[in-house]
Amino acid sequence: MLFSGRRKKFGTSIQTELYVQPLQFYGQPPLENISLSEFETFAVDRLKLLKTVENLGVSYVKQSEQYSKKLDSELKTLNFPYRSEVDDRKLPGGPSESEKRRKDHISHFILRLAYCQTEDLRRWFIQQEVDLFRYRFNGLLSKQKLEFLHKNNLQYDAISLKEKKELKEKLVSSTYAISGITVEDQDFYKVPFQDALDLVRTRKVYLKEGYAYIPHQDIVTIVLNDFRTRLSKALALTARSLPAVHSDERLQPLLNHLSHAYLGQDYSIQKNVGKISLEQIDSLSGKSFPLCMRQLHQALRENHHLRHGGRMQYGLFLKGIGLSLEQALQFWRSEFIRGKVDGDKFDKAYAYSIRHMFGKEGKRTDYTPYSCMKVILSNPPSQGDYHGCPFRHSDPELLKQKLQVFKVSPSGIVQIMELVKGMHYQLACQKYFELTHNVEDTPFSLSHPNQYFSESQKLLGGGGGGKELKREVDASQRSQENSSSRGFSAAQEAADSEHEAEMTKDLNAFFEDV
Amino acid sequence: MPSSDYDSACLPDLLPLYYRRLFPFYQYYRWLTYGGVQKNYFQNREFCFTLKDDIYVRYQSFSTLNELEKEMQKMNPYKIDIGAVYSHRPNQHNTVKSGSFQALEKELVFDIDMTDYDDVRSCCSAADICTKCWTLMTIAIRILDRALREDFGFQHLLWVYSGRRGVHCWVCDEAARKLSAAARSAVAEYLSLIKGGEDTVKKVVLTDPIHPFIRESLAVVEHFFPQYALQDQDILARKESVDKVLALVPDDVKKELQQDFQNEKKSDVRWKLIKDQARKKQSTAKKGQHFDKEIMLQYCYPRLDVNVSKGVSHLLKSPFSVHPKTGRVSVPIDLRELDSFDPFAVPTISLICEELDRPKTGEEEEKVEDATEKEDERDASEKRRIRDYKRTSLAKYVKNFDQFLEGLARSWKGELLRKSDLQKEF
Repeated sequence: MLFSGRRKKFGTSIQTELYVQPLQFYGQPPLENISLSEFETFAVDRLKLLKTVENLGVSYVKQSEQYSKKLDSELKTLNFPYRSEVDDRKLPGGPSESEKRRKDHISHFILRLAYCQTEDLRRWFIQQEVDLFRYRFNGLLSKQKLEFLHKNNLQYDAISLKEKKELKEKLVSSTYAISGITVEDQDFYKVPFQDALDLVRTRKVYLKEGYAYIPHQDIVTIVLNDFRTRLSKALALTARSLPAVHSDERLQPLLNHLSHAYLGQDYSIQKNVGKISLEQIDSLSGKSFPLCMRQLHQALRENHHLRHGGRMQYGLFLKGIGLSLEQALQFWRSEFIRGKVDGDKFDKAYAYSIRHMFGKEGKRTDYTPYSCMKVILSNPPSQGDYHGCPFRHSDPELLKQKLQVFKVSPSGIVQIMELVKGMHYQLACQKYFELTHNVEDTPFSLSHPNQYFSESQKLLGGGGGGKELKREVDASQRSQENSSSRGFSAAQEAADSEHEAEMTKDLNAFFEDV
Repeated sequence: MPSSDYDSACLPDLLPLYYRRLFPFYQYYRWLTYGGVQKNYFQNREFCFTLKDDIYVRYQSFSTLNELEKEMQKMNPYKIDIGAVYSHRPNQHNTVKSGSFQALEKELVFDIDMTDYDDVRSCCSAADICTKCWTLMTIAIRILDRALREDFGFQHLLWVYSGRRGVHCWVCDEAARKLSAAARSAVAEYLSLIKGGEDTVKKVVLTDPIHPFIRESLAVVEHFFPQYALQDQDILARKESVDKVLALVPDDVKKELQQDFQNEKKSDVRWKLIKDQARKKQSTAKKGQHFDKEIMLQYCYPRLDVNVSKGVSHLLKSPFSVHPKTGRVSVPIDLRELDSFDPFAVPTISLICEELDRPKTGEEEEKVEDATEKEDERDASEKRRIRDYKRTSLAKYVKNFDQFLEGLARSWKGELLRKSDLQKEF
């Protein structure tokens, strides 16, 4: 990858043939010079786009109408290519399709620089890029899809008519949305199962002797897998050339800001260490813990034990609210001893993992408390587990009962269940916050259990450092809202210089909270 | 029944004997070297030993069979776990630049633990097992073995009794060892039908069309269900268990059944009534019509811990490791005799140590012939060891392991021919 020539000179961009295809695998890095301000703008715009992709992904069913509409409008606002049927020179004075594709290309590669550095960043970046890619691939016309496959060397073998006939029954009953007629009409491809993991995972495909039998219409999942793998490898490679990039002082601050912006507050830096005493935990759990943590605490008290998933989720949360390592060790030990674990066993088996959580063992990573996104999307609970998000993972009936036990009003429960039905888990939790704290409205947008706790403490007037947090959280809220509205109006203005000035102000506001 | 009284306090005396005279080092080494097709495969493998007083020692690795043997005889581990094959020797991982030391390959593994079924078995709970609930393991093995072979194309599966309350599966095909974490988790999820924790009442929901994998699994479950669930577990007898079953049925059907059950007390007839109701629903409704199948699956279908299978570097108890609490050896299970496998007949370390002192009649003669061709390749101590374990109840399980290895060996012979410059390290 050539990075040296890219940013040093000011100059105009070149329209290349690279941008004939509406969609690409980002296999080749851009080979031109761009201005520093364009570099910044492109990066920030794509980051906004990816954050939108993330939020929409949790609030709406992917590929649903609302999802598509909202994503389309965001793509349009930020001048990225959206539906490819659009005529090349539609908006007078606005960027051409080719320019949009160029922006797409360059911004992707810039963000790779920022997001290749840690496992977490890579995972996040890959997830959003894959979702975005899926959305755009599905928006291609059939002819364009075929072209894309052909251009990108995804040749898989089609099965013979004879084999298709033999397997017809099985293909119909295993492959999603396929009838007997479609089996006859379409080609089916034999793909090694490792290349079709999404379909295998959800059991939406017929598997035989290690091969997945994919109808032509489902090739998108294969393509996605391929995209994900390529991107993952590319990020690993990018990480290695990072020292050279970081030595450029103009880029380093921007790249740092970019990689921190995705998390917002991540509660990794402990504030108020030691301000919470162990005796307070029981009462705090009833007043200020989000439902997931309250549930975990209760299970811990009742069973004097929690499995690994629960220990991680709850233990890290406690770290986030300010428990010190010594306190944590005392807390877990005293509870486990009441159960089947004796002191010695605790010290040998469990103490290690608690110290690990605080970054005092092994590779000494200081683990960050899980955000709502992480709790909702990864490691679903199974038999004997109490972790996860109750709004996402609990049986609706049991959830209702639990809310009743926790004295939520019947009308409140109805509101919560509506939100749960619509898969708006974080909004449901926010509603729970409102009902248990007796407030009409919450000024924050819930995205983290520790955020729930600190907001609650603020409201109830307890805990330290509340004011600072409030200012930070509010500022990030305000700047996010402002930058998106300002971005929209800026796009509508024709003048270049004004455009640039707005973007710079925009950039600062966007990063105010970091 | 051959299980001498086991007392965990005797482990310090029994383990040295076990590791000097009974542990099948040669076969173990042969397995983990995989024919020497890949260089340093054995040398870069992580072992984890748990020593006396729960001292846990990770990142152990060995250069040769000899070193493995000597170290184990020196340390006398209470428990042995096998980890991944890394990029460098695990015992030197501290000298490697951080970030470069990576887990590269490992067998695809599955862990089925009886405690995960506590909500559906009435005979035992927690660490206990009995012959009644052991059927669940038989069902699990049949379903998973078929799927791993027929759906995924794997061929070299080693099923092992964990020593207390479950079974493990080691999928040793080359393709399996090279799977990424994402692929492992996809395989595990394909095989998972039970979704939900403490708070989920209905853990299995089937929708049309029913995937061939589910059909095949159902066929196995249906075979065992009448004996296992209706008789042994008696799920349709006591009110409490009947209520639990009926909680899995749609409300309208539930009311009818509750009425019918007032007059009908026999379990098999009650089950027939449930099935009839399901059949009725299937012809009319588009959803919630498979509740009879869902019940069977919820009570019998294998429950895997996806986390065990997901991680490339996840440690799992080694075959032939001893379970410190029960004393039983983790032995390979012969699937041809699966239906007659009895976990309580698995030898304990006390038994086989005791058997060393007295000869075992009958079986000893047969085994000697098998050994003669191979004995020439091995040294004196190995020959002595073979004579030793063949005198004990461990013999038949080492034979199971040998058969598994023979299958594996056929696969790497082809590879070796291709890489003819590689030296065998025996």
